[in-house]
Amino acid sequence: MTALLSVDNLGKEFGGVHAVEDLSFQVEKGRIHSIIGPNGAGKTTLFNLITGLYQPTSGSVHLNGRSLAGHQPHELAPLGMCRTFQNLQICMNMTALENVMLGRHRHLKQGTFTSLFKLPALRRADQQCREECAELMEFVGCGQYIRHHASAMPYGALKRLEIARALAASPDILLLDEPAAGLNRTETDALREVIRKIADRGITVVLVEHDMKLVMSISDQVLVLCYGRKLAEGTPEEIRANPDVIDAYLGNRHSREEATA
Amino acid sequence: MSEAIPQSPPRVRATAKWPGLTVLAVVLLVLPFLAGNDYHYDLMIKIALTAGVAVGLNLLVGYAGQISLGHAAFYAAGAYGSALLVSHYEITPVPAMLLAAVGVAVLAWLVGRPILHLKGHYLSMATLGLGVIAAIVINNEDQLTGGPDGLTVAPLSVFGHELSVFGSYQLFGLTISGTQVWYGIAAGFLFLSVVFALNLIDSPLGRALRALHGSEIAAQVAGVDTAKFKLRVFVISAVYASLAGSLYGYYGGFITPNIASFTHSIELITIVVLGGMASTYGVILGAVILLLIPQFLTGFQELEMVLFGAILMAVMIFMPRGLVPTLARRFQKEAP
Repeated sequence: MTALLSVDNLGKEFGGVHAVEDLSFQVEKGRIHSIIGPNGAGKTTLFNLITGLYQPTSGSVHLNGRSLAGHQPHELAPLGMCRTFQNLQICMNMTALENVMLGRHRHLKQGTFTSLFKLPALRRADQQCREECAELMEFVGCGQYIRHHASAMPYGALKRLEIARALAASPDILLLDEPAAGLNRTETDALREVIRKIADRGITVVLVEHDMKLVMSISDQVLVLCYGRKLAEGTPEEIRANPDVIDAYLGNRHSREEATA
Repeated sequence: MSEAIPQSPPRVRATAKWPGLTVLAVVLLVLPFLAGNDYHYDLMIKIALTAGVAVGLNLLVGYAGQISLGHAAFYAAGAYGSALLVSHYEITPVPAMLLAAVGVAVLAWLVGRPILHLKGHYLSMATLGLGVIAAIVINNEDQLTGGPDGLTVAPLSVFGHELSVFGSYQLFGLTISGTQVWYGIAAGFLFLSVVFALNLIDSPLGRALRALHGSEIAAQVAGVDTAKFKLRVFVISAVYASLAGSLYGYYGGFITPNIASFTHSIELITIVVLGGMASTYGVILGAVILLLIPQFLTGFQELEMVLFGAILMAVMIFMPRGLVPTLARRFQKEAP
């Protein structure tokens, strides 16, 4: 099986600080691939590199065998990649439904004259889009907010709304940046089901997350980052048993023994 | 999270536009009955044309989040452009007006294209420069533009009928004055401006624009080429200004470089900010207020600019959303 997303020797320096260094990994189609690591390990930087918000200092990213080098962020949705953000990027000047409809942007006509005159074809397409997006809001579990303004929604629902917007672009691969951050246990459990359902639709999911319970219960593959480098990679069981990972999270064995002594 | 999932897709409809448009149409139709004399008509015509420009400018400022300090230049280009096309090239007024609008669109595209790729408020700097250049050119090219003395504009003619302010016309057995005909044209222009603006805002293009204001990153990730969309709305807003400028020239029959002045650009921005950014009906109210104020200041004309500045500051400090959105919010809160 070929990799859908392939990261090779990727590196990013911020004025001498190596946020990501010589990182290589592959994400296979249809999998849930999680990226974990202590704070400052470079997880979000990695996402920003993959989605074109940052340009890498070295290395390359390939999606479906196509290099993403030099691509602007807006060129990635047409290539089948969409993402959510750790700090919400919701348009608070729009309704909840319009936020999701924004995600379908690339599927809709946007000619200047078509828009000014609101031609019937555009009107029909927009109405269909509206209904599809309302369904997506039901799908991610924030259906009760379909008629709400985005600014009137609670935090947990906004996180789902962002997922719905990303799904509206009908991506092949979806990058979720800490979707469970700030959610309580019940909400996280519901989120797990949403991510499962997304994967069941055949969408590849790359997940950056701190919530270990969520990561370990849902991932096919886990990548552990530490100071911008790959520390370990494997199935959740392998990661759980990996001594390097335990060291990174809990301190090394030597200092642990000192602490208990 | 155990809400029942409906079997059929939820019925969701776009927000209806007809209530607002009906109110606007009724107001525009009733106003002539309240007008006592030609002076009232003159004021209403000028307000309607300026409001049309403001509705267009609001697309740029309120929705795309960019500021133009040179819209008077586009207005003047429309006015002078169509006047000169008629007098020098013997093109009939309506095609001249459309040609001028195409010219202004190209000008706006050329100015906006390199600048809108940059982040930040570089567009305001560039349009400020453009406005100053336009005023200088109109003042100094007196062979062509008449310079500070102004330029006489041939009246609008449609299918060979001259529509002069001083004329008198028969319509369905009624005698209506030229001023009344012009009120109809200006009101029609404003109404269509609003229809087109509302259509645009509610289209996928409009959503992309609003998203730029809400979260540029979100828009980009959804696949919106932000630079392209900002440029497009900048061109559209310039065309609004150009068409209004052409109509103003045909209506007044005489134009001066004043319409290209920096003061005029500031007046337009003040209207948008006062009425309410991203509120199409709000900016119409903004135009009404700002154009009525000088009527009470006759004899103190030098105070006008000071007053605009004061209004701009007061609005920014006390109601940064603008008049109409602030009041709307207050009413919503008070309602049970």
